[in-house]
Amino acid sequence: MSEHDAPIVSLRDVHVRFGRGASVRAVDGVDLEVRRGEVLALVGESGCGKTTLIRSIIGLEPVASGSIEVDGHAVTRDARSLRRLRRRVQMIFQDPTGALDPRHTIHEAVAEGLRIHRVPGDEAALVADALARAGLRPPERYVRRFPHELSGGQRQRVLIAAAMALDPAVLLADEPVASLDASIRGEVLALMRSFVDDHGVSIVAVTHDLGLAWNIADRVAVMYLGRIVEVGPTEEVLAAPQHPYTRALLSVVPETRRLEQQILHGETPDPSRIPAGCRFHPRCPVVASGEAARLGIEARCRGEDPTLTERAPGHTAACHL
Amino acid sequence: MSGVVRAEVSRRALARARRRVAWGDALGRLRRDRLALAGLAVLVLVALMALFAPWLVDDAGLDAVDSLDNPTWARPGGDFLLGTDHLGRSVAAQFVYGARVSLFVGLAATVLTVAIGTIVGIFAGFSGRWVDATLMRLTDWFLVIPFLPLAIVLASVLGRGIWNIVFVISVTSWPATARLVRAQVLTVKERLYVDRARALGASRAHVVRRHVLPNVTPLILASATLAVPISILTETTLAFLGLGDPTQPSWGKTLEEAFQAGAIGRNAWWYYLPAGLGIVTVVLAFTVFGRALEEILDPRLRER
Ligand SMILES: Nc1ncnc2c1ncn2[C@@H]1O[C@H](COP(=O)(O)OP(=O)(O)O)[C@@H](O)[C@H]1O
Ligand SMILES: [Mg+2]
Repeated sequence: MSEHDAPIVSLRDVHVRFGRGASVRAVDGVDLEVRRGEVLALVGESGCGKTTLIRSIIGLEPVASGSIEVDGHAVTRDARSLRRLRRRVQMIFQDPTGALDPRHTIHEAVAEGLRIHRVPGDEAALVADALARAGLRPPERYVRRFPHELSGGQRQRVLIAAAMALDPAVLLADEPVASLDASIRGEVLALMRSFVDDHGVSIVAVTHDLGLAWNIADRVAVMYLGRIVEVGPTEEVLAAPQHPYTRALLSVVPETRRLEQQILHGETPDPSRIPAGCRFHPRCPVVASGEAARLGIEARCRGEDPTLTERAPGHTAACHL
Repeated sequence: MSGVVRAEVSRRALARARRRVAWGDALGRLRRDRLALAGLAVLVLVALMALFAPWLVDDAGLDAVDSLDNPTWARPGGDFLLGTDHLGRSVAAQFVYGARVSLFVGLAATVLTVAIGTIVGIFAGFSGRWVDATLMRLTDWFLVIPFLPLAIVLASVLGRGIWNIVFVISVTSWPATARLVRAQVLTVKERLYVDRARALGASRAHVVRRHVLPNVTPLILASATLAVPISILTETTLAFLGLGDPTQPSWGKTLEEAFQAGAIGRNAWWYYLPAGLGIVTVVLAFTVFGRALEEILDPRLRER
């Protein structure tokens, strides 16, 4: 494998736990790779561990076991390597209002990373350039304002500008448009896509909305209860979903109504009580309908934790089916 | 090389220019707030009076021996602007010099209180569970120290002096500030913008300097502007109870002496009214100005 093809981020059997006695297994054995210059959408229900997973990539959540590598360097707790990591990887948050210090002007918000990493050059020019690239033009109109004087969409653009000002290799975006008006979501997504196409950054975009994945992602990773259950190229995953959970998710997306709508039954998943066997089996339509029994795999569904296996080139799923 | 230096200089100049603009904004807002401006004017006036006391009045008017030839209980007007007390001392001189002591005690006690409280609060809020628990236990101990008994004990052990009063006030009031600051640090620490700063590669020192302190400062200032009047009132109380510095005239001491000399019975209002009004005015001015300051320092409270 040549240097260029090596994944920019790779996660191996990553576990992140919370709570007393680490009983909440928010991320529970994730294997995932992010390729250079791609948009990878991370989809799944709320509470399945998406935010925790990307926070662990930038070292905001300590990993209980497993390993994360960014550009060949392991993510550790060591202060110096964390600092280096946090220049190569940037993150934008679900709530742009909370992510901006209300006492800092837009200039200070964008310049903060430049100052921390002592980026050489004229700070004012770098900030103006970053704002303009994020679509805040003319930048002079924004630099002296405070976050509360901007709209939600403008705040998210400020955060994108601040992240991209450091010219990262990876941008982690936690539900980047979830808090924005539907009318401006498209623009912000297009902006993010343009950074991939023009600057070759890799983006991991967390979403609980498959429609968004459809719009900007090259590949989709589906997460369920702390684990990746299906990964593949966007068209393939959306057109030929291999995991019953992906199918269920897709069946409720308006654009894909051709699938028979499936409402998932059973209790909502709880990361402190992950079922034995396949973690999806208590809610799995294939098990519930008796199809698994007919195919003679029901015992495995209930007793054996499936691993990701290849279904088509570059398309894997974790299911006994 | 020179390019780097020039960039560095221009960067610093820019920061300075930005700061100047921010201060200009703050002053502009203050100028529009009439009440705060009035409060500030009163404070400046009292401060000037305290500062230039020797030029305004003759300090011989403070001394009972120097005042032996003066009439006692003289009404205002004539030789004595505010009249004289039961010993023939000038009330005006006592008022002007009293402002000195009252303001000094108020400010010194506040500075000490806020300094100790802030340092302890930030440490507790930012350290691990162990340090936090220990410091909070310590503040609990100090919080339950009863104020007056301590003041009496200290006055009898250390003697009655201005610094002892400052000390008593600070020792008993820093725990409240420490708890306030710690609580604020704990909430600021959990804010998403602190996570963002960490994700940007910020060190702990950077987070404290750029995010925690600026977001805690308004609270500290607000509590400080409220601590000043409380300290002044406390000094008044202590002086009124006869625990003040016997050699220094303060507004509280004037009230105490007026009370002891029976000024109220004699209806000698000119003896106690100036000191009483002085205390009320300064306390009000500090409170009004403190409120306005809090508003000015918080960009979210500004309307545009
Ligand atoms: N700091 C935390 N402490 C305890 N539990 C947490 C914490 N962060 C997340 N969790 C739990 O971990 C699980 C995954 O959360 P999260 O990663 O936020 O999910 P998502 O982003 O997919 O909605 C949830 O059950 C959540 O309650
Ligand atoms: Mg989330």
